[in-house]
Amino acid sequence: MALLVLLAVVALLAVWIIASYNRLVSMRNQTLNGWRQIDVQLKRRHDLIPNLVNAVRGSMDFERDTLTAVMEARAKALTAAGPADAAQKEGQLSQALGRLLAVAENYPTLKSNDNVKMLQEELSGTENKVGFARQFYNDIATSFNTAQQVFPANLFAAAFGFKPAELFEITTAAERDAPVVDLSRH
Amino acid sequence: MNLYEQQQANRRKTWLVMLVFVAFFLFLGFGFDAFYLGAGRGAFPIASTIALGVGSVSAAVSYFSGDRAVLLSTAARPLEELQASATDADRLTLRQLENVVDEMAIASGLPRPKVYVVPDADPNAFATGRDPAHASLAVTRGLLDTLDREELQGVVAHEMSHIRNLDVRVMTIVAALAGAVALLADWAQRGMTWGGGRRRDRDDDRGGGAAGIILFAVWLVAILIAPLVAQLLAMMVSRRREYLADASGAELTRNPMGLARALEKIDAAAGPTPIVNRGTAHLCIADPLGRPMNLREGAVANLFASHPPMAARIEALRAMAFERRQP
Repeated sequence: MALLVLLAVVALLAVWIIASYNRLVSMRNQTLNGWRQIDVQLKRRHDLIPNLVNAVRGSMDFERDTLTAVMEARAKALTAAGPADAAQKEGQLSQALGRLLAVAENYPTLKSNDNVKMLQEELSGTENKVGFARQFYNDIATSFNTAQQVFPANLFAAAFGFKPAELFEITTAAERDAPVVDLSRH
Repeated sequence: MNLYEQQQANRRKTWLVMLVFVAFFLFLGFGFDAFYLGAGRGAFPIASTIALGVGSVSAAVSYFSGDRAVLLSTAARPLEELQASATDADRLTLRQLENVVDEMAIASGLPRPKVYVVPDADPNAFATGRDPAHASLAVTRGLLDTLDREELQGVVAHEMSHIRNLDVRVMTIVAALAGAVALLADWAQRGMTWGGGRRRDRDDDRGGGAAGIILFAVWLVAILIAPLVAQLLAMMVSRRREYLADASGAELTRNPMGLARALEKIDAAAGPTPIVNRGTAHLCIADPLGRPMNLREGAVANLFASHPPMAARIEALRAMAFERRQP
């Protein structure tokens, strides 16, 4: 009798561990997929930037610093590896783009140009998509991490090779500030 | 309440109303079987089964083909088709809509629904389709003209939330129950006109006693007001799903004030959107019939409304944004 009870307990435990393991696997894959979605959106943004810079270059020639900053930030972002690094470099790119869009507001010819308006829409759309992909990734990565850290899953999660997912977050204090735009120069 | 608490509260209340609805149906159905057909204890409840069966079939038909029917009846045109023949300024508007829908699909982690534009000047929007893989999202031309990007995003997030919360499925179950209740009520009324006496004899034969008679009286009242009660319960679920979609939408955009401002504008422009028929009302951002009771906050007036009063929705969104006005 005691043996039967023991057997039942062991069987239940095994079923429970299998179920938790499978849940963690599916959460890990969701997290990875969430990360790839950010990647897709970042790539879209990188592809879009040269078009934008070309479209405004003619009218904003004397804003060369702003334009160069965007292109340089883009080049750096292309070399990013891993969530933390990407978060930092993409953050800088976002800042440079924000500055460019803000400065472009001062050029009436640009503001009324349909092509530029379309590009601006594309750019704010892409910025939003990056932001929302990031939000989605952080949400599922957080629930993946929580699932690993709660008791009793924390007893075996590490043994099965589960690692907490890195969040895509703002890492430096400078990025947290909104870009400063100096409009007094024009 | 913050948006997560609001979501939980609305989910809980949906299930509560659904439970009451199921209990109400079972009471009517088993009562019909017992009093009309004389089914004894443990007998198979034929009438209840048939009523639920017929109700489910008609609900299932609209579950699988309702999206096509509503898109057809509203003359909604696919976004791609409009983009192909748009002017430059319009192309920008349409592209913005496309981007906003993409953004909300990404934020919710769902595939992008098919996007349609309804040629109607009243600002409104609806979502339809049985699951996220078969979803369609339509906005009226009036909505595109009235709202700015942030507000449009709020409305699209609300509609994406209807899709994510599987509200078409919820409302299909509600429609099946309401249909079954209506059938039972109909049968009972027909039964009363010819041969109402039979069942009382039978009841006496079984010797149900005073308790049986009281139960029968309660059941009789219940079946008389059944269609009304079913409508009431269905609208209760609908209103809960609206609050829930508002709260889930705020979770997607993390910007409850965008939707709050959109609702204010929609409310100000509130005319009926006659092109949207009644069956889809519960999936719209605002009541398409523009029924005046939605504008009042009287408790009785709101019992039969598919949408909660705008002021209450806006207030709930403000609470999510921690901008509740002081009373």
